[in-house]
Amino acid sequence: MEITITINGSDHASDVEPRTLLVDHIRRTVGLTGTHVGCDTTSCGACTVLMDGKPVKACTVLAAQADGTEVTTVEGLKTADGLHPIQSAFTDDHGLQCGFCTPGMMLVGASLIAENADPSDDEVRWAISGNLCRCTGYINIVKAIQTAAARVAESSNGS
Amino acid sequence: MFPSRFDLVVAQSVGEAVEAKADAGEGGRFLAGGQSLIPMMKMRVAFPETLIDINRIAGLDAIEQSNGHLQVGALVRHADVVASDATFGAIAAAAPWVADPLVRNRGTMCGSVAHCDPEGDWNSVLLATGADVVAQGPNGERSISIADFVDGAFTSTLGEDELVVGLRIPVPSGRSGGSYLKLERKVGDYATVAVASHLELDDSGAISAAGLALTSVNPINTKVADAEALLVGQQPSEDLFAEAAELAAAAAEPRDDVRGTAAWKRQVVRTYTKRGLAAAAQQAEGS
Repeated sequence: MEITITINGSDHASDVEPRTLLVDHIRRTVGLTGTHVGCDTTSCGACTVLMDGKPVKACTVLAAQADGTEVTTVEGLKTADGLHPIQSAFTDDHGLQCGFCTPGMMLVGASLIAENADPSDDEVRWAISGNLCRCTGYINIVKAIQTAAARVAESSNGS
Repeated sequence: MFPSRFDLVVAQSVGEAVEAKADAGEGGRFLAGGQSLIPMMKMRVAFPETLIDINRIAGLDAIEQSNGHLQVGALVRHADVVASDATFGAIAAAAPWVADPLVRNRGTMCGSVAHCDPEGDWNSVLLATGADVVAQGPNGERSISIADFVDGAFTSTLGEDELVVGLRIPVPSGRSGGSYLKLERKVGDYATVAVASHLELDDSGAISAAGLALTSVNPINTKVADAEALLVGQQPSEDLFAEAAELAAAAAEPRDDVRGTAAWKRQVVRTYTKRGLAAAAQQAEGS
């Protein structure tokens, strides 16, 4: 079936089989491999993308269900000015070890700070509770998301 | 992993969806959030020949109070229930405990109810609060009480040709409170044990209505009717709740498994029933 998904701001029209999963469509058809396949069973969140602004597990959404939606993958975080604040905060705070969960963690973090300018430890941990880090590097992930929130708040106050 | 082949029908109206289901027959399944169905299809434990996607149908995404009921449309996601101001008691308590935040952004309350996973949270909550499932078939709409709807593991009394279009949950008119206590190994896991409690109080402070239901300790979500009967007409007290907890523990027939021993789970039922009823009573007294 014919579908069009706006991925990171560009329209991608394709003819997909109904059983094609969104994550496979993004990786194989569109060629954006920053979205990872981890457990493939709706547990780990490595496949997280934002669908109309909300984080979802792309291994558990049919590509056909995303027809007409706006999808943001990790590749879509960076702006014309450079890295998204969440990306620079993950770099500065060492919010990653092996990096496998990182795209999902950053997308969930970006979605959280868009709604909550100053998330507490509990609020960050709650938001990322559907994303697993097998390196167990949660302390710095939480810290990085809070750093990004503080930087965004600071730059919007300054402007 | 990916599902076996199927035809996808994207329905634009309830009528169209019901018609597509009638055409598809036994091989047809409705798709809402898909957070249970898609994983089952990927593991090839479900292999519908036709999937009828209801996500594009307008007007099914409202959660609101009207006519003394909380009305929940078929496309209301768990996250919408978490965010809603229209919820109360056990409904509000349970919503943040369903699955994980990402799954809650897609999965629907009505889908969970219709799925009838015996380890699902919502059917216990609704058995405690009371609710009607609104089903639409080729011959129109009908309401099925939740106690009649939940029939067995992954089995409801919904007709082959019917779609769950919404839930109607009575909103208590007087003082009321509720809770949902869930023990889980990690966020997103099935409950090891969960207990849903719902209490309504009359002007004298006595319990005028009570609901108590258990998750994951029987082959099906279980309403503890004898405990409910015991509670009604009594003043809330620690002793009363301990007595109800004994009946709840007796109603539970958990199994030894990776999440714990049967004896330990029964003890958790006992403890959570006491705590859950106390929390419900406290909320009701403060309301």
